Amino acid sequence: MNTQGNTNATNHPGNKERNMAKVASTPRRPWNAFATPTIGKAVRGLSRLLRHGGSAFPGKVVETIDPGFLARTLGQLPYGVVLVSGTNGKTTTTRMIASMLKDLNLKVFTNPTGSNFTRGVVSALLTEVSASGKLDADIAVLELDEAYAVHFVHQVRPRYSLLLNVMRDQLDRFGEIDNTARLLSHVAEATTGTVVLNREDRRIAALANVVPEGTQVRYFGLSDELRKLFPSDDDMHAGDLSAAEKAAAKVEGVNTALASAVAPATAAKVDMAASHDIFDSEGNRIIPKLDARETVSASLAMADSLASQRLADVVLNRVGDHEAEFVMDDAEFETKVQLEGVYNLFNAAAALAVVRAVTKEIKNADVTLPRARDERLMRALSHVTPAFGRGEVITVGKAPVELLLVKNPMGFRMSLASFAPDGHDTMIVINDEYADGRDMSWLWDVDFTSLRGTGVEMVSGVRAWDMALRLEYEGVKVAKTDTNIEEAVRQFVTADPGKPKHIYCTYTAMLKVRSELGKYAKVADAGVGK
Amino acid sequence: MSENRNDNMQTYQPSQAACPIDVMSIYPKDMNIYGDWGNVLTIKRRLALYGYEPVIHTYNQGDPWPEHVDMILGGGGQDNGQKKISDDFFKRADILRTLVQEDVPMLMICGMYQLFGEYFETIDGTKLDGIGIFGVYTEGRETRMIGNLLEHSDQFGDVIGYENHSGQTFLREGVAPFGHVDHEGWGNNGKDGTEGARVHNVIGTYMHGPLLPKNPEVSDFLIRAAATHRYGEFQPRQSDAQKAELAHIDELAANARRVAATRPR
Repeated sequence: MNTQGNTNATNHPGNKERNMAKVASTPRRPWNAFATPTIGKAVRGLSRLLRHGGSAFPGKVVETIDPGFLARTLGQLPYGVVLVSGTNGKTTTTRMIASMLKDLNLKVFTNPTGSNFTRGVVSALLTEVSASGKLDADIAVLELDEAYAVHFVHQVRPRYSLLLNVMRDQLDRFGEIDNTARLLSHVAEATTGTVVLNREDRRIAALANVVPEGTQVRYFGLSDELRKLFPSDDDMHAGDLSAAEKAAAKVEGVNTALASAVAPATAAKVDMAASHDIFDSEGNRIIPKLDARETVSASLAMADSLASQRLADVVLNRVGDHEAEFVMDDAEFETKVQLEGVYNLFNAAAALAVVRAVTKEIKNADVTLPRARDERLMRALSHVTPAFGRGEVITVGKAPVELLLVKNPMGFRMSLASFAPDGHDTMIVINDEYADGRDMSWLWDVDFTSLRGTGVEMVSGVRAWDMALRLEYEGVKVAKTDTNIEEAVRQFVTADPGKPKHIYCTYTAMLKVRSELGKYAKVADAGVGK
Repeated sequence: MSENRNDNMQTYQPSQAACPIDVMSIYPKDMNIYGDWGNVLTIKRRLALYGYEPVIHTYNQGDPWPEHVDMILGGGGQDNGQKKISDDFFKRADILRTLVQEDVPMLMICGMYQLFGEYFETIDGTKLDGIGIFGVYTEGRETRMIGNLLEHSDQFGDVIGYENHSGQTFLREGVAPFGHVDHEGWGNNGKDGTEGARVHNVIGTYMHGPLLPKNPEVSDFLIRAAATHRYGEFQPRQSDAQKAELAHIDELAANARRVAATRPR
């Protein structure tokens, strides 16, 4: 990875582009390539039959016999590839982009199964391609985990990339958060058309500096008011012990649980512009020239100060109960949404920015009048439903049971802030398999004080006792702890029939909980295997 | 000696009124990763349950040094964070050394453990000086040592947590480790079977998780030493309810330890 970065840095940007484009457009085609789709499909069918279930397995076979399959197949698409990466919100945002593009009458290939590894993409492609290897689609929208995104862009250069955020997530896999940002800088470097960046995440916004010449940069952002509600990873502990912690500013239209869950120090810190960092004594702006690999950490201060100066293509302006208002080209657009949680509305702003970039290229779509296009996008957005485990509601008896996937401290915090616990029973299920992250320390970076009022009915999962201990130290009462998920789900959903419920789970816990809920309610196929 | 610092050794008579104990979280802004904050929460809650009044100070670079310091808790950080604090850290080195001599208990995890050693040489050869409280030095390596960690300590029995570091630390002759590990590739450097370091009442370790919630023995050692530093003795004044609550927490910790010990690396 680093070797790649070094080579690129010494090359002329134009050369680099040509070189990479050449690699991407003429992938190696082995003698047996004609048979790849057939073989892959056969393996896929077989593995389904044998209930192997892992959605990535057929991809593994194809990667081995025909490593050029991915680049060759995606290379056919007239509008190229949209790559979505970042720590939180990939699945939902990918779903939104795909859904809006479909609404514009594009044929969209996507990996909706949450298998955000390259192998998962290959597996998903196998179900779509014809026996001759033709993919019947106009554009691909792919979510990829940060590390695999780098792997992917070495094979296929995306035309569009959307980089959502960098937060502490599975640090045991990626090392450090600056490291994660460095992984994403490879994606920005490889993008040929437009890179869409989160203006409010300083590590992401700083990636504008590595975008190659000829590639556009667009931002999505928050209004000043809303920025206070979205703490960055660095602010996580800013207000941990402050006495005024709970006196957070109330923002019109946002539930107070959200306001109180976010430390007030955050607002000041995020807004604070260290103006002396970017202006010299004569008031000229200093734009430091930086080596690409150094850029991420060296220019963070600058990114902070520029946050309010960067013009965002789409701004999330105001949020309410299942409604949102966006500003695009100085016009305000309001829409109802089915998505849960405020952070998903910010993801919607990201998705809108991507789709607007794509529509610049579409000739025959009904996008000649921007205003009409944006209104149409709003309608499309209002139809998007939450993805698996991202605020999915399963009805047990008469009670809605809301499933909330939690993967990292900031995501957990935002979920707790978005779903007021009052009037609900709460269950938390924590596993520590590889996909969940083995390290339990992240639970201590989540602020659980919002659960003090109601307490937690049930704690389960392999690491139930770690979770219970965490809650106890926070002063949150835990009624029951049971490491056996099957038994815990049974007790939880049958204990107080009719009362709405929240279940927070890690990834593998979510799969298990869903399948257990299937005994008490109708649960759609998650499409992720077992 | 800092101008801000009064004599720590003046004695307070424990009375019916709660006895304050001043705990400092050092550099939480830049050295606070992998749930290190959990260590502060644990000390805070346990002090209260023992009948003391926890006074928590968060000290970041440039802040005034608090009047009283009875315990210091430091965490891990990214390389970047270590660089950011280093100027201030050297300014405070003499105070820290004095407090170590006065037997103030300190827990230094990961990045702060490295900075409490002699130096940290990064993989590209840059040398970052430490303040030499531990006779240890650290060298950056390509491979990270990551995973669940169980170690045996003479003083505390089995200590359970998680390690994640690319620096490999080596102890000078005669320096006591915090504990011993059973497997190659674990601990200070993966080779000599040691983990962490001990001197006076200072613990340096790579064990996060965070360390203190699941290892009440270590928490209580720090609390006893802090009370002794402040009042000359550890004398809990607990109500029955507080005793029961502490027993409940320790039972949860015992269960969490039992499970953690069975999990794969």
